Amino acid sequence: MVRRPSRRAYAAQWLLLLAVLAVAYLVVADATDNLSHRNLSFGFGFLADRANFDIPFHVISWTESDSYGRALLVSFVNTLLVSAMGIVAATGLGLLLGIMRLSVNWLIRNLALVYIEFVRNTPLLVQIIFWYFAVLQTLPPPRRSIVIPGGLLLNIRGLYVPSAVMADRASILSLLSAAALVLTPLVWRLPLKGGRLGAKALLLPLAAVGLFAAGIEHIEFPTLTGFNITGGAQIPPELAALWAGLSIYFAAFIAEIVRSAIEAVPKGQHDAARALGLSTLAVLFLIVLPQAVRIMVPQLTSQYLNLIKSTTLGAAVAYPEIFQIFAGTVMNQAGKEVETIIIVMAIFLTVSLIFSAFMNWYNSRIALVER
Amino acid sequence: MERYVARALTCSALIAGMVGFAGAAWSQSEVKSPTLDAVKKRGEVICGVDTGIPGYAYQDASGKWQGLDVALCRAVAAATLGDPEKVKYIGTTSKVRFSVLQSGEIDLLVRDSELTLTRDSALGLVEVTPNFYTGQTIMVRKNLNVAHVKELNGATVCLLTGTTLETNIADYNRANNIKIGTLLFERPEEAFAAAEAGRCDGYTDDGGSVAAGRSAMKKPDDWIFLPEVLSRQPLGPHTRQGDDRWTDIVKWTHFAMLEAEELGITQANVDEMKKTSTDPQVKKFLGLEGDLGKGLGLDNDFAYKVVKAVGNYGEVYEATFGSKGLGLPRGLNNLYRNGGLMYPYSWY
Repeated sequence: MVRRPSRRAYAAQWLLLLAVLAVAYLVVADATDNLSHRNLSFGFGFLADRANFDIPFHVISWTESDSYGRALLVSFVNTLLVSAMGIVAATGLGLLLGIMRLSVNWLIRNLALVYIEFVRNTPLLVQIIFWYFAVLQTLPPPRRSIVIPGGLLLNIRGLYVPSAVMADRASILSLLSAAALVLTPLVWRLPLKGGRLGAKALLLPLAAVGLFAAGIEHIEFPTLTGFNITGGAQIPPELAALWAGLSIYFAAFIAEIVRSAIEAVPKGQHDAARALGLSTLAVLFLIVLPQAVRIMVPQLTSQYLNLIKSTTLGAAVAYPEIFQIFAGTVMNQAGKEVETIIIVMAIFLTVSLIFSAFMNWYNSRIALVER
Repeated sequence: MERYVARALTCSALIAGMVGFAGAAWSQSEVKSPTLDAVKKRGEVICGVDTGIPGYAYQDASGKWQGLDVALCRAVAAATLGDPEKVKYIGTTSKVRFSVLQSGEIDLLVRDSELTLTRDSALGLVEVTPNFYTGQTIMVRKNLNVAHVKELNGATVCLLTGTTLETNIADYNRANNIKIGTLLFERPEEAFAAAEAGRCDGYTDDGGSVAAGRSAMKKPDDWIFLPEVLSRQPLGPHTRQGDDRWTDIVKWTHFAMLEAEELGITQANVDEMKKTSTDPQVKKFLGLEGDLGKGLGLDNDFAYKVVKAVGNYGEVYEATFGSKGLGLPRGLNNLYRNGGLMYPYSWY
């Protein structure tokens, strides 16, 4: 049996698996042992307990009487929000900077270079705190808010925008509206007389907007009452600073990825497009960038994952993300260190895995099909 | 005959052995503290303190640790090792402080930590004794024209995460049917700066920390304390469960500082008192008579070493929170006979 190489390989793999399991068992047993030594208990029952603290910024509803589990959800949504905003802004800014880096104009080229070198070589945490206090120092107190046309108010507590108060029947209409948005790209591809339905599918998002508007009861404008602005929706400076810090920092890395990807597209593509008489912009957007995206995707994925993980730095500027709320306040109040850290790690792992699975799918979809 | 002698000898040997063993076990159980043994072997006390807050624990311009909590660390080092300098300070954030103590990284935690039921029960720690009585206080800018906490409805206060403060605010909101918002920071530096910039209407913490915060503001006089105290906050040192002797040492080191004040012994006059005093209580306290220190597994004159190293509690308070420090009236932290709560257990 041991003589056959394939059997030997099997045996080695099983042994390795056993060893891994044994180590895992030892780690768990040791942790449980240590916990009981220190008179600590292990369990996730605390998630149902009443949280009894305020979360200053929340996208989904939150009251002080909600449970720790709800606090986890609220702070997780906050983390997702700033991650998504950061990814969009960093990609846009990075694309612009990457293209600027290859400009024939000396000033534009070197501006981008200075930006990238400066931002890449200073710590992210310092940048986030810098933006936070830069924002705080420049804005006026609530009683002297800057009034922006359209009912917007800007002060040190944040940007206040009018918000829509939904009527009772609105939930069904909102669902329909969301469904219309999700279906749009699918309908776009529907076959129609040999071609595709195409732009006619844009009727759906229009309908979605209409449905959403139908559910609005009235618009609530922010007004000053007492110490703070009430009414409307608030974009707090903590979110703005964290968003700015993440976007500006990761844009510098993405710019370099964009630049290298554009340079990796064979020069012949560029020359051929010029020979056909396409304008500079058309060459860039129709010929070079679509090919460069294929090269970018794997590296972009790792930058995006880094960005998602870096949102935990928001704790330094009081942004209520998952690390601050759950691995901070909840951990301290419930006294469940091991459990809270396990949960936070599991959540970040799951998000990262799902995200990279999506990016891998996208990568394989746009990759050149070689036969 | 020989057999009897041999039997008697064996018996007596056995008995002697048992007595010896019991004696050894007795003397071992008398002074058995793994933490004290470790401290003596290592030659220094590892003390968990705050990362830096005036009054409790902070590093002065020359990098030397100062503060009320630091004084207790120094006193414990003086009591156990005879030298107040033999302390290694570990700055701990409010978030990790208890984990650091549980894992055995530090010998004791003296970090303006509130003594609560959960910490005593669920965390596996011992709450030794309060060394600072205070309550949660809110400080606001004078120009807000607010005189009471209830008037803060709709306002936002800055505070530190991982504390009991958030819960107290939530309870206050619920009891009074108002809404005071909170903004949670990791470290005092950012929280102070945000309050200074006007991101929040006020700053809240225990009274001592708020006094420290006010001293960090550009214009301390622009800030006032609201008169209401939102919670009792007895702050004190924590030790690990399962080492009662070590807990006793920390407790009686603190009491030594109180007893010294009660007896009128100060850092300046302790040597003279030792030489000239005829008061039997002073003589016992300073280890000239009786064996109070031996019972704890320490030198008999440990209280003398404590007072010689850091002074009595009143002196420490004056230097940190009192007139020479943050200017906080002594209030509850006075000795009981001066209307405070500091009431040490009996020594004799």
